[in-house]
Amino acid sequence: MNFDFLPKYYNFFIQGTKFTVLIAFFSVILGIIFGTILSLMRISNNKILKAVSTAYIEFMRGTPLLVQLFIIYYGLDFSRLIGGDLGDIASGIATLSLNSAAYVAEIIRSGIQSVDKGQMEAARSLGMTYRMAMRYVIYPQAFKNILPALVNEFIVVIKESSIVSIIGIHELMYNADTVRGVTFRPFEPLIIAALIYFMLTFTLSKLLGKLEGRLKLSD
Amino acid sequence: MIEVKKLNKRFKNLHVLKDVDLKIEKGEVVVIIGPSGSGKSTLLRCLNLLEVPESGDVIFEGIKINEKDVDINKVRQKMGMVFQSFNLFPNMTVLENIMLSPMKLKKKPSDDANRIALDLLRRVGLSDKADYYPAKLSGGQKQRVAIARALAMEPDVMLFDEPTSALDPEMVKEVLTVMKELAYEGMTMVIVTHEMNFAKEVGDRIIFMDGGTIVEEGTPDVIFTQPKSDRLKEFLSHF
Repeated sequence: MNFDFLPKYYNFFIQGTKFTVLIAFFSVILGIIFGTILSLMRISNNKILKAVSTAYIEFMRGTPLLVQLFIIYYGLDFSRLIGGDLGDIASGIATLSLNSAAYVAEIIRSGIQSVDKGQMEAARSLGMTYRMAMRYVIYPQAFKNILPALVNEFIVVIKESSIVSIIGIHELMYNADTVRGVTFRPFEPLIIAALIYFMLTFTLSKLLGKLEGRLKLSD
Repeated sequence: MIEVKKLNKRFKNLHVLKDVDLKIEKGEVVVIIGPSGSGKSTLLRCLNLLEVPESGDVIFEGIKINEKDVDINKVRQKMGMVFQSFNLFPNMTVLENIMLSPMKLKKKPSDDANRIALDLLRRVGLSDKADYYPAKLSGGQKQRVAIARALAMEPDVMLFDEPTSALDPEMVKEVLTVMKELAYEGMTMVIVTHEMNFAKEVGDRIIFMDGGTIVEEGTPDVIFTQPKSDRLKEFLSHF
């Protein structure tokens, strides 16, 4: 092991990490927004909304992320619309968030459905409307149920974001690979990249684990 | 106060309620007994439309409530319900459980709601548990909180769906005591239960259901000492 290249190239890792965090952050936020909408469509009584949402979820879960990335990158070609680098990043975030949305939707749906049926009945028997019952009784309980799975999904997004290095976004994986190329060291730059990914995901899971602990107060 | 006319309900091919007629007067304590699957819980749940009847009428305080243009949420605010499985909101403290509906539905300021909740907790003997989460309570305590929660809306009638069936024997009494007090205060109550002694003691009228129909009804004296039908005789022989 020889990390002599670090003083010269450390900035590659820092810049790459910034991009990785940026991409993962926006992908997670957009993923939650799209995912919430999809899950509401999925549990709605409207057959068309339900079918669209189900089909979308099945398709996104049943096709490789790489294929989805290329479809969006080459097919939609954001870079022609909003310019080179920004367009590439937009493609990356779009792919990751649209993909993540399918998983988030399933997590939210199962979270809502895991709340005991009696809870809705009790709320309705008091005279609450369906919406009020969802808002005051069902969602708060569902949120607690889905948090661990949601954290897991955030971690997946951070890790999977490495795939956008393929379309030339200078995030952590891309830069680590660049350092590998210029230093002719196949091993060490990737070890560093792996450690940084691990630090990101580990910190996130610890932070959200604390929040989970606070929500568990009522158990 | 409540009138049920020609009520029918089917689950898939199972005909659970067959042309049931029933009238409940203000201040009356009506106890519905009968074997499992006789339709007694379904009948009770039809009263506040947690089950939607297939045909027939449910009339509450002069309004036919199974009509499309009736705001069922407003009606339900006048009908408290207590479930076999308590159904307390686990993410809220005992006090919050009771305060939720007065605050959200009656728009009471939290001071008022708080006072109402504490009063009710005193009535059910749980003043010291106000800040506990339901998970920390025994079954009997949970059910007493559930009764307080339903009472917080100041309902005109209370519906009890097997309120003691999920309880350990030693906890049944504390719940029945609270229900008794409620009955003596003049609350209109409809109770589905297997507690025959309680039915005898507190019921103004006993209704015996079997196979989706009301087979016999009358005062506790008549029902328990001079049952007419063989089905009721057979049913009572188990107790």
